[in-house]
Amino acid sequence: MITKTISTNVYDWVDERLGISGLAAFARKKTVPVHAQSFWYYWGGISLFLFLVQCFTGVLLLVYYRPGADAYESVRQITFVMKFGWLIRSAHSWSANLMMFSILVHMFSVFFMKAYRKPREFGWLSGMVLLGLASVFGFSGYLLPMDELSYFATKVGLQIPAAIPLIGPTVAALLRGGPDVTEFTVQRFFALHVVVLPALFVPLLGFHLWLVQKHGNAVPPSEELKPARERKSMPFMPNFLRKDLAMWIIALNILALLASVFPWQLGKAYDSLSPAPLGIHPEWYFMSPFEMLKLLGKVLPGESGEIAGLMLFTLGIALWILIPFYDPDKESGRRGRNAHYFGLLAVFALLATTVIGYWTIR
Amino acid sequence: MSQGTIIGPIEEKQLEPGEPRTRRFFLAAAGVAGFGYAAALAYPIYRYLASPNEMALAEAAVKEVTLKDAQKLPAGSVLMFKFGPRPAMLIHHANGQWIAMTAVCTHLGCTVQYEPGPDRIHCACHGGVYNAYTGANVSGPPPRPLQLFKVAVTPAAVEVSRV
Repeated sequence: MITKTISTNVYDWVDERLGISGLAAFARKKTVPVHAQSFWYYWGGISLFLFLVQCFTGVLLLVYYRPGADAYESVRQITFVMKFGWLIRSAHSWSANLMMFSILVHMFSVFFMKAYRKPREFGWLSGMVLLGLASVFGFSGYLLPMDELSYFATKVGLQIPAAIPLIGPTVAALLRGGPDVTEFTVQRFFALHVVVLPALFVPLLGFHLWLVQKHGNAVPPSEELKPARERKSMPFMPNFLRKDLAMWIIALNILALLASVFPWQLGKAYDSLSPAPLGIHPEWYFMSPFEMLKLLGKVLPGESGEIAGLMLFTLGIALWILIPFYDPDKESGRRGRNAHYFGLLAVFALLATTVIGYWTIR
Repeated sequence: MSQGTIIGPIEEKQLEPGEPRTRRFFLAAAGVAGFGYAAALAYPIYRYLASPNEMALAEAAVKEVTLKDAQKLPAGSVLMFKFGPRPAMLIHHANGQWIAMTAVCTHLGCTVQYEPGPDRIHCACHGGVYNAYTGANVSGPPPRPLQLFKVAVTPAAVEVSRV
């Protein structure tokens, strides 16, 4: 009885100052559409969960990681000396890959459900920037162990900004911290990976999530055609939330299984004099863009071809980002269908170039 | 990952047959499974974070330290060294006596120093004073004496070991 009065008083005191009852009422009212494509609604949440896993395991790695000249030795220590260090590192690497995968699934499901249409343009645009930042997270994190693979991956990867006309070489040298990948590179990639990128990513992610609350879930065009009384939905609290959390637990179990059964490997320490190891290739999520650039380089040989290829590639990405302005609403008609074909083409190109990339590894 | 959900028999109540018992059983099983799951996640993280502590404990198990060429230490001076993970000191007194003891103040853990003039051990943090022969806490806040080691001087080294 007394505890009840106390808790009510505390709630009232906090509520009067923070207005949480308004939030609670909003959460009670919120619903999520139910239809044949509802499954795809979970992938944004899964990406969010894996990002949280990245933050958590990342901080744990930060406890022992030392950037700079000591980088490889500290990762060796984490992997082989600290208890369960191999597991924490393995979970961080696997979760990074799973996060890229689920972000891509999320992006394509949004694309094909046409969830970028009015009024959700900012959701699409912020999502694209988040994907870009996630790639830079992946690229910078890959260097941090400073083993052979990370050394060459960074060397090759920085050839892309280096190919930008005029400013390219300067930009690449600034990113690299000199003409070659050294401990200066790992030091600044570390700063990027643990300070700059999170500082950009987290607020943008907050914006992205706020937009989802503001506009609610988009329904695919097939559902939009139905009259309102034929559409089904479920309450967010607790029905959808419960399913969302179940997805998180499934994701966590898959991660735990992968991280412990297939522990992430640590290669030999980098040596600027040793040749690149055989079979070296980019991470799967960078395979497609690399292969596209390689193929374009074959079609358009020479230095001007390289620049033309890069511009063509940039144009494709720009078109993808700007799709909400080409196909703005359900009155788009033929443009809507064209956007759909563009999406199919993009999926095909990504898959095909990834397969070719893996096929042609020497 | 998670542990089994088998739990022991639960108390039976003569209410509506089946219903409340099933619900109770489910909640108890879910609680046990949830606890097991959380424990399976927390255990590796705890061991990971506690690793340096475990390593220091392993180091602390050391029984003897050989200080090469320490027999050349002039009388009336001190040599600081590590006994396992912690600082210790070897004192060669002006009267020729060899004494070794831990150098960690028993008050709040500062490293103490040997003062050859007054021939005493002093802790600068809070003014604790110890006897330089026995390690006994003489004045100031230290609650306990410094722990002595056994010293054996050989022609090539000084061997310090636990008493």
